[in-house]
Amino acid sequence: MAVLVYTESWNGSFKKASFEAVSYAAQLANKIGTEAIALTIASTDDAAQLGNYGATKVLSITNESLATFNNQAYANAIVAAAEANGADTIIISNTNNGKAIAPIIAAKRNAGLITNAIELPSSTSPLTVKRKTFSSKAFANYSSTAAQNVISITPNAMGTVENGAAAQVESFDYTATSSDNRLSSVSVDRATGKISLTEADFVVSAGRGLKGPENWGMIEELAGLLGAATACSKPVADIGWRPHGEHVGQTGIAINPELYIAIGISGAIQHLAGVNASKNIVVINTDPEAPFFKAADYGIVGDAFEVVPKLIEALKIHKANN
Amino acid sequence: MKILVCISHVPDTTSKIKFTNNQTEFDGNGITFVINPYDEFGLTRAMKIKETTGATITVVNVGPASTEPTLRKALAIGADEAVRIDAEPKDASTVARLIADYAKEQNFDLIVTGRESIDYNGGIVPGMLATYLDIPFVNACIGFELDGTNAKAVREIDGGKETLEGTLPMLIAGQKGLVDEKELRIPAMRGIMMARKKPLSVIAAGDTTASTTIVSFELPETKAACTMIDAGNVEQLVELLHTEAKVI
Repeated sequence: MAVLVYTESWNGSFKKASFEAVSYAAQLANKIGTEAIALTIASTDDAAQLGNYGATKVLSITNESLATFNNQAYANAIVAAAEANGADTIIISNTNNGKAIAPIIAAKRNAGLITNAIELPSSTSPLTVKRKTFSSKAFANYSSTAAQNVISITPNAMGTVENGAAAQVESFDYTATSSDNRLSSVSVDRATGKISLTEADFVVSAGRGLKGPENWGMIEELAGLLGAATACSKPVADIGWRPHGEHVGQTGIAINPELYIAIGISGAIQHLAGVNASKNIVVINTDPEAPFFKAADYGIVGDAFEVVPKLIEALKIHKANN
Repeated sequence: MKILVCISHVPDTTSKIKFTNNQTEFDGNGITFVINPYDEFGLTRAMKIKETTGATITVVNVGPASTEPTLRKALAIGADEAVRIDAEPKDASTVARLIADYAKEQNFDLIVTGRESIDYNGGIVPGMLATYLDIPFVNACIGFELDGTNAKAVREIDGGKETLEGTLPMLIAGQKGLVDEKELRIPAMRGIMMARKKPLSVIAAGDTTASTTIVSFELPETKAACTMIDAGNVEQLVELLHTEAKVI
């Protein structure tokens, strides 16, 4: 009956997406008339704070065999926790790690799996959830007839609900088996302090209009001022001006931040597919006919090399006054 | 060595998406179908392995006869044989189950898929397939090197990457990075001619039960007209972001 939510940590601390996942699980549990139980693995963060997002209980796994992420082991641990607690719905955040474990859990439990959810279920019997599809060009309402279900939710899509409560924390034990550990992690390479694109509230993105990789200084300055992540268009990643990990669009990363600023990007349909879920879109482009203006909320026709420095100055003044 | 590459038959990335039958079915009218771009990166990586190790490549798709041109294209790019599991795909779990039933008998050393298809974007088939076959799974794979049966795979993590080691068999679900965009291969006339003679077998699908169904589709609401701001007045943009959009 219960809803189990896996809360992902990075370097011991909960990700923002984990608070969203707990809020989602708690609202769903409330709809069904049950409780939301959170599960943490290898987290050193304060687990009781998950109560603030609606978890009634937190299960904490600290077993050494799960100290680093392993999709098979983590999926099995989550399945074990769900079984031990009578949970028939599991909530996961659709992060890179979440995407790796959700199908394993669903296959193991013979569960229905709905990924990329962007709303709370519109019905709980049968479970019906709206999700993104066709690379964000459309949405689809999926229904599951399975007795067990897994829902993976899109980060940044639904926000959090806080209630000020603290949850009771219990330890839960799971030891990874040798069949869990057929892949071993050799190295992790992650820029520290960098904001992950899928979780970022603000994203500043630039394209070929920037004319060369040496001109990204002002993009990074603007992003720094806003506390934004930086992104780029596909051509820019393909010619190697920016790393592939920054490519947003249909075949890159799909994002839905509060604010997306596109500079020198014309707005091809493939690019729009990955970014049109952004709540506010600002487009700066020299070409008044650029298709991106049709998908934008605010537009400036102008040269990035003139507009962006002015925008940086205007933002500095705004920050100083607010 | 035997490699299986799973191929999804999807609308071209430039497609305008529309629905029919009271918004319950995808409207394929006027749509050009292609090999799922993520699968194409995987197929190209498999081709490189074939060139250095002499591996054979089988491509598989679950779909009706109309998906065969997409399989032929994969043969023209360089796969050795194609298999079409004859079924209208019901949901991701049934597709994974059907491919698993076929692959179980074949003892593939490496299974390559795209991390997701660009139509339904479930990202479900690869992980379920690996689980049904009980082999290790690397999602969002952006690098893969083989030394005999020892594999080094790089996967994308939020804001970075992780390098993993393991031994075959395994399943990798790839994307750009597995090979570069410029390494993708356009079938040459010779490849297209040869593809006609390569085996494409059709196998009957076993019984499967879908756990999920699509109730309806929706298109995003059209945006209100864009507020244009003069390039000489960027202060107005900051003001609007503050007072109207309330994001800063």
